[in-house]
Amino acid sequence: MLANQFHSLFYAFGFYLFGLVAIASAVAFVTRKSPVAAAMWLVNVMFCLAALYVMLDAQFIAAMQVLVYTGAIMVVFLFVIMLLNLGHPSELADARGRWGYIFATFIGLVMLAEVMALNRANTIERMIPPDLAARAAAAAATPLAGGIIGPVAAPLFNEYLLAFELTSVLLLAAIVGAVVLGKRRTDAR
Amino acid sequence: MLVEALALSAVLFTIGVVGVLTRRNAIILFMCIELMLNAVNLSFVALSTLYGATGQVFVVFTMTVAAAEAAVGLAIIIAIFRHTRSVNLQNINLLKG
Amino acid sequence: MMHPAMIPEGAHPLAATVARFVWLLPLLPLLGFLINGTLAMLGAAKVGPADPSAGHDSDDHGHGAAHGHDAHDAHHAPTRHKYAAITSLVGPGVLVAAFGLAVACFFAMRSVDMERPFLLTLFQWMPVGDLNLTASFLLDPLSMVMVLVITGVGMLIHIFSVGYMQDDPGYPRYFAYLNLFVFFMLVLVLGGSYPLLFVGWEGVGLCSYLLIGFWFSEKANADAGKKAFIVNRIGDFGFLVAMFLMFANLGSLDIATVAEKAVELPMGGAIVTAMALFLFLGCTGKSAQIPLYVRLPDAMAGPTPVSALIHAATMVTAGVYLVARSSAIFSMAPMAQLVVALVGALTAFFAATIGLKQWDIKKVLAYSTVSQLGYMFIGVGVGAYVAGVFHLVTHAFFKALLFLGSGSVIYVMHAAYHATHNHDDAQDMRNMGGLKTYMPVTFYLMWIATLAIAGIPLFSGFFSKDEILGSVFARISHSTLAEATLFGVPGGTILLIVYVLGLASALMTAIYMTRMMLYTFHGPNRTGEAERSHLTEAPWIMTGPLVVLAALAAFGGWLNVPELLSAVGPVGSLDHWLEPVVGEAALRTTLGAAPHVTHQTELMLVGTAIAIAVAGIAFALLRLKPAALVPKKDSPAATGISRVLENKYFVDEGYDAAIVQPTLAVSRAVLWKGLDAGIIDGLFVNGSALLARAFGWMGSQLQTGQVGTYAWVLLIGVITLLGAFTFR
Repeated sequence: MLANQFHSLFYAFGFYLFGLVAIASAVAFVTRKSPVAAAMWLVNVMFCLAALYVMLDAQFIAAMQVLVYTGAIMVVFLFVIMLLNLGHPSELADARGRWGYIFATFIGLVMLAEVMALNRANTIERMIPPDLAARAAAAAATPLAGGIIGPVAAPLFNEYLLAFELTSVLLLAAIVGAVVLGKRRTDAR
Repeated sequence: MLVEALALSAVLFTIGVVGVLTRRNAIILFMCIELMLNAVNLSFVALSTLYGATGQVFVVFTMTVAAAEAAVGLAIIIAIFRHTRSVNLQNINLLKG
Repeated sequence: MMHPAMIPEGAHPLAATVARFVWLLPLLPLLGFLINGTLAMLGAAKVGPADPSAGHDSDDHGHGAAHGHDAHDAHHAPTRHKYAAITSLVGPGVLVAAFGLAVACFFAMRSVDMERPFLLTLFQWMPVGDLNLTASFLLDPLSMVMVLVITGVGMLIHIFSVGYMQDDPGYPRYFAYLNLFVFFMLVLVLGGSYPLLFVGWEGVGLCSYLLIGFWFSEKANADAGKKAFIVNRIGDFGFLVAMFLMFANLGSLDIATVAEKAVELPMGGAIVTAMALFLFLGCTGKSAQIPLYVRLPDAMAGPTPVSALIHAATMVTAGVYLVARSSAIFSMAPMAQLVVALVGALTAFFAATIGLKQWDIKKVLAYSTVSQLGYMFIGVGVGAYVAGVFHLVTHAFFKALLFLGSGSVIYVMHAAYHATHNHDDAQDMRNMGGLKTYMPVTFYLMWIATLAIAGIPLFSGFFSKDEILGSVFARISHSTLAEATLFGVPGGTILLIVYVLGLASALMTAIYMTRMMLYTFHGPNRTGEAERSHLTEAPWIMTGPLVVLAALAAFGGWLNVPELLSAVGPVGSLDHWLEPVVGEAALRTTLGAAPHVTHQTELMLVGTAIAIAVAGIAFALLRLKPAALVPKKDSPAATGISRVLENKYFVDEGYDAAIVQPTLAVSRAVLWKGLDAGIIDGLFVNGSALLARAFGWMGSQLQTGQVGTYAWVLLIGVITLLGAFTFR
């Protein structure tokens, strides 16, 4: 009993820790002048999110987050920044000035308040089934049939097979597009 | 932890929006969009504890689309940079009506 | 579309007979329409646009066909259509087949007990909410009679048309329209629900429009078509309102269900009276009654066989059919019945007076048709549905004969004028005269029809007309009509007026028909010296149908012999035949007992009718002097009462001054200059363009090209939307 309580306390602590770090890193990300620094802060946000995914029992997604987002996409970003030699802080990056920041923050807060009010008013309380704790405990007690990946893989390759196949076409199109857009015009006259 | 996760998702999304509104560097703008996508992913994952793994499947799709979008978007930025020697969006107003 | 796999309703005895193929009846003419229509289009594509005026060199309107008919006419080689041969087979062929099927159905029906109608459901048509319409055909004795008339008389007229229209460049088009008309007419009489009946009702109106304006390159013809179409719309409005009332109050539009439920409404109540009156408004449009009769005489602009088929024998009688079909509704509304009978009587009288002074042979027949339709409405109006339908049938015989006969005359006259390049009016009786020596067959046959319509004993018209007048007389004393009042006038008085008007019309009918015959066939010939040698009998394919129709016109009265004349044949065949359909409604009007007049009274009535017919003919023979007539171009203008009658009481002019011109004036001043040019063009068209430009300018200002601006605008939209959800 005690161990259980300790466990949930530790869980909450971890959750808030990673959450707050994510928020702080995000704020740092949007305020950095240097693109490289901004990218590094964003990487930090993503790591934090990966940790949260684990805590939310989405281990596979957490792994994907680290591998695909931080490992691939962000690397591409950094690569492009360095390719274009934009690594130094740019004055132009913040051309809006102080009032722009204040106004944007205000707008953002309004939006956040609205979203929160919406959530409070309608959904979340009602969305949570009364037996959530019992269900979660039962789920934790029974070992998953397909391991951690099984529950994700099953719908992906059954219900959403068509969409899955279409994403491959999308990726192919993206590759072709990137190559076409990115290559130098050799036939330019 | 569900409510907290959704709240965090909203906060991160808002930060991404503020970033889009304030920054002029095209690459940073892109990264703000990635941040918003991540925020949405978080709410998908959080809600998948309620509604089963379908939400996580959507996260996989989102990642795929984000990767494709980053590839094409960055290619466009490179093309623009070649043209204008700048990634400042203020200098790019070909769509002016 | 229609499929042979139909669901026979219950186990009607007819379902096992040939009558289960009744869906083929309308389908056959439709097939003919498709074939002929295709040929018309193919031919038009090959020889260039079919110009109806090709070889049509006369400036008088609405004369017969026979363009370039004469072989020795050097200037106009026959413009016979290249597919004319196929059309000549298909056009009348489908009618012959349909008539054969109709006769087979008739004999099948005779052999079974027809206590309830045979309802053949083809497919589901319109399931909308509470309304579940099926496309179903209703075959009962009444529709059987109509089908026999339509296919039988229609077949004869189709055959006649082969000769009459043979050289017209639009030959296949003509037969396509004619076949289509028969299709719609059969849908009309076979329709198992009011909406399906309405489909046929509108369809025949369309075909009427197409055929009146068949030679549309002349403005008068096209105008006549439009007039018919527009006047019919007024009537259709009434029909539609009647259907709305039925659905709102009875919850159904099936003819059988409506009849069942209508009798549960309060007798003479407002709803059922309104229903009946609105239905009758529809009838006045279709059947050319006051005040909508003006279109029928103009409808003579079409080819003469069309006048015979559509504007004499079938379509214009659709209103009579509708009243008989809705007998349950009408019998519940005595006041509406009085209106029907009174309007019918007034129309009969009014049209007959106009007919007295017309010079155009087809106009005489047109007003005669209006007048006879009035008779039919007297019949169905006083609840003597059998008498009305009986007159419908006999009228179809003798009036078709008269029209086709006049068609022969016009055909010959036109051919003669055509050969000599004379531009006189081939339809004016003042240009005819003495044709009996040139066209003896037509002459004798038309006299038969004249005697029939005048009501000379033992000819068909005598029986039917006498039955109508007798029915009116019998109901003066003892019926729901006599107990009802119309505008405070007791029903008995109104019926008496109707009876007197009917007698007067009978007298005038005899006079003007004899006048027509005298001026056309008797006396010296006024056609002209050169033309005289070209006058000859029409070809056999035209006189053949006339002979058949003459036999029917002479002996059609045997269908329903009155008791008084039981010596000449079986009594009341049509009465028995139609008893399951209209018997109950007829009895309701006569308070449950068969109408009865004493033997002496009946003898007196018949005697009066005969005396009037004979007097009319005698008066015309004695007083009218065909020898004194001069050709049209030499005739002085009429004066006094003649002038009023010749100009049809100036009703057309009155409508023109009272309705058409004000409408035009309002249209010009208010609708065109004010509404269209001012408000619609100025405010709506140019205004909306200006508004669009203003918004476009504003929108273009938003297009800064700055992604940041777009993001801001987007976000403001998001916040607005979220706010709308939040503060909902």
